[in-house]
Amino acid sequence: MLPISLFVVAFGAAFGLAAVQKGLAPLDTLLMSALVFAGASQFAAIDMWGAEVSVIPVMVVVFAINSRHLLMGASLYPMLKDVAPAKRYGVLLVLTDANWAVAAQDYQSGHRNLEAILGGGLVLWLAWIVGTWLGVYFGGLLQNPKNLGLDMVLGCFLLAMALGGKKSPRILVAWALAALASLVAWKWLPANTHVVAGALAGGVVGFFWLDKSRATGAPGGNPRDH
Amino acid sequence: MTIETTATGVLVLTLIMTLVTLVTRFGGVFIMSFVRISPRIESFINAMASSVLIAIIVPMAFEGDAGALAALSVTAVTMLVLQKPLPAIAAGVFTAAAVRYLL
Repeated sequence: MLPISLFVVAFGAAFGLAAVQKGLAPLDTLLMSALVFAGASQFAAIDMWGAEVSVIPVMVVVFAINSRHLLMGASLYPMLKDVAPAKRYGVLLVLTDANWAVAAQDYQSGHRNLEAILGGGLVLWLAWIVGTWLGVYFGGLLQNPKNLGLDMVLGCFLLAMALGGKKSPRILVAWALAALASLVAWKWLPANTHVVAGALAGGVVGFFWLDKSRATGAPGGNPRDH
Repeated sequence: MTIETTATGVLVLTLIMTLVTLVTRFGGVFIMSFVRISPRIESFINAMASSVLIAIIVPMAFEGDAGALAALSVTAVTMLVLQKPLPAIAAGVFTAAAVRYLL
């Protein structure tokens, strides 16, 4: 989580700076980061900031950008279903891309890693707040984080997580369809719908193409699944 | 409906954003708790899980500059060869920086 945390601090600093420039008070900016804890949607909301803010558009944009959480949460359900509701939803408070990716990958190889969601989530949450704080009081940390490739940390991390998982023909077809659907949505559908569109397209492949060894538990199935 | 960005207004807007985000964080698990998990649904879920990642990354690659594309390619190759995330991420980020410095 360390490289991701550094990225989150840098991203947080950029947010803190942008928010203050839009006229948000330092404490309000910090409170927003602490409570909302969803970077891309906070940037988008700040973009719509002014003397007056229309509520419904902000809600729609925040929901659209964060709707990927719905799918991430759904994918965690098998590992959360036997956990007491208070703990289940407590862990989900800090659900975000990076800690979800780690937990989802661990679950694929048979570990129920709730600690990765909670521990990783808390680290990322603190990094986000610290970053915002730095941005609010000291401005952007780096003149141009892109020059150092910092904007790519999250993308490379998520890609490494995806490729580290199981790669069966079924999954590869799901990925191909997911890639195609996300590109189509990104080009022609309303903004911020591409993640959900792509993920659902990949899911549909899974719905119609069952992994036989896994679904039936037949002998000769992949032992890693049991 | 609009809210003025006074001290209270900002607080209310922040709370609204928090609630909407919370609905997305809780909603997936909440809805699934009403769905009977058949093998078919489980297969849907696990194909969807890694597809989320692909759906985030692919448009990112198309939208990005040469540095972004090079970073993702190098991460992919390193990951497939070494099967270790940390070197793969480091190599990708370094490549983005190098390509942008050179171009």
